[in-house]
Amino acid sequence: MAEWIEACAADDIDEEDVIRFDHAGRTFAIYRSPDDEYFATDGLCTHEKVHLADGLVMDDVIECPKHNGRFNYKTGQALRAPVCVNLKTYPVKVEAGKVLIQLD
Amino acid sequence: MNERGMVIVGAGECGTRAAFALREEGFAGPITLIGAERHLPYERPPLSKAALAPEPEGMKAIAEAERFAAADIRLLLQTQVVAIDRKAKSVELGDGSRLPYEKLLLATGARPRGLPLAEGSGHCVYLRTHDDAEAIAKRLRPEARIVIIGGGFIGLELAAAARKRGGAVTVLEALPRLLARAVPEEIAAVMTAAHRQNGVDIRCGVSLASFGDEGRGVRVSLQDGAEIAADLCIIGIGAIPNTELAERAGLAVVNGIRVDERLATADPSILAAGDCCSFPLEVYGGRRVRLEAWRNANDQGSLAARNMLSRGEAHAAVPWFWSDQYDLTLQVAGLVDEGKHTVRRDAGEGAFILFHLAADGRLVAASGIGPGNTVARDIRLAEMLIARRAAPPPEKLAAAETKLKSLLAA
Ligand SMILES: Cc1cc2nc3c(=O)[nH]c(=O)nc-3n(C[C@H](O)[C@H](O)[C@H](O)COP(=O)(O)OP(=O)(O)OC[C@H]3O[C@@H](n4cnc5c(N)ncnc54)[C@H](O)[C@@H]3O)c2cc1C
Ligand code: FES
Repeated sequence: MAEWIEACAADDIDEEDVIRFDHAGRTFAIYRSPDDEYFATDGLCTHEKVHLADGLVMDDVIECPKHNGRFNYKTGQALRAPVCVNLKTYPVKVEAGKVLIQLD
Repeated sequence: MNERGMVIVGAGECGTRAAFALREEGFAGPITLIGAERHLPYERPPLSKAALAPEPEGMKAIAEAERFAAADIRLLLQTQVVAIDRKAKSVELGDGSRLPYEKLLLATGARPRGLPLAEGSGHCVYLRTHDDAEAIAKRLRPEARIVIIGGGFIGLELAAAARKRGGAVTVLEALPRLLARAVPEEIAAVMTAAHRQNGVDIRCGVSLASFGDEGRGVRVSLQDGAEIAADLCIIGIGAIPNTELAERAGLAVVNGIRVDERLATADPSILAAGDCCSFPLEVYGGRRVRLEAWRNANDQGSLAARNMLSRGEAHAAVPWFWSDQYDLTLQVAGLVDEGKHTVRRDAGEGAFILFHLAADGRLVAASGIGPGNTVARDIRLAEMLIARRAAPPPEKLAAAETKLKSLLAA
């Protein structure tokens, strides 16, 4: 069942930044883009299991803190070696100042 | 099959990246990637880390066979390139066959520096390849006594891995401290303390006298008379670039195959990249260096591919590397010895970053250490500041509440 889960408050995340969100034994990364939109992906890099929330957001790219692999966090696409497996993304909506993500 | 195309010697990080980058950049002709090892190209950094863990991770391929097939990259494994015929523009393979090239990339990497004193011992080994790591993993038993010669990155990562498996570990370093070549003393001190806490016997400033096999192990004798008995001795005293092929072809070798900022040798049809080459570092006014770092191998692989396609792009990256030992990760951007002053920034959980500034205030390097990825983001931002030749106010660099990203916008 597609379920909407509250991840954080909209202003918990700076513009062009990312935070970690753990829920039911899973971990996610929640992004706020420079143009003030919100996105969500799996929290761990597909190369080695490293938290992407420790990485750097630049425009629509998240760069992994460990070996600087890159993904487009809006689409999940793997952009730069060593990552070659795409990142799973999740639908996001903002309601009443809260960021909600839809899990499968 | 013998249509002239792009030929890459060395199927390591650099050569493999170059092969894929050629396709990504739109090259449609033949690409041949030739490697001496028998395995599909694989990542080397895990060899001294996850590959030696108590529950070791298997080999980490850079790309599976299907990806090579999909990109139509011809992969010749277990194949040694023995000569370059620059006139005919072809390479000669171990079996005597020849392969013509349009452009040739030498990505031959490096090999461990040998220790002549240890020659002849059956219990002294080196680490560079997957097969080396597998052989070492078998001998890292909980009851094993391990001596590691060399307190550099490979030696210390090996020490951490051996301790995790329960072995008794001694590290012998000739210089007065660990990691003397690559990181500042404050950072080396944190690593040294971590190793001592984990029970590693670290001895710096020692001079080796002799090695003698004894029963099922080896006895290492020092100049001061001390003796250490071990079941296995692992030697990690640096690497030397694989330059013989280039040398025999008459190409210049200066601590690595000499290339210009576009990674070209004096022969415009031959490029070199990765651990095997020495090149001018633009951020430091063209200072000639040879790097042995994973990201450099990747970056230069991509750049070499573009320049094989005559893009004429100059190398502009800032050196960067990491090392993992226990739960600590160390990262360094830039070359620390370019700095005259140091500014420290604390990052919580015992983590800290040292910013290295030149005499004129320019940020030239940053080194950091901490648990997990605590320093990663700031080191990455520092790297961007270094690339921009920024001279951020030292007091801002030191203040944990100043976001480095804001300095980048300045
Ligand atoms: C154990 C270990 C741990 C490491 N850990 C880190 C780390 O934590 N962080 C970091 O930044 N870097 C690390 N590195 C460094 C990094 O792995 C290297 O910088 C990188 O592998 C260099 O890539 P390369 O392609 O230039 O050379 P290599 O990976 O050495 O590949 C060169 C290949 O060319 C082949 N070859 C050579 N000559 C010929 C010939 N004539 N014909 C055919 N084939 C040939 C060799 O067999 C080899 O397979 C580590 C290295 C090792 C060995
Ligand atoms: S763990 Fe993310 S790039 Fe390696």
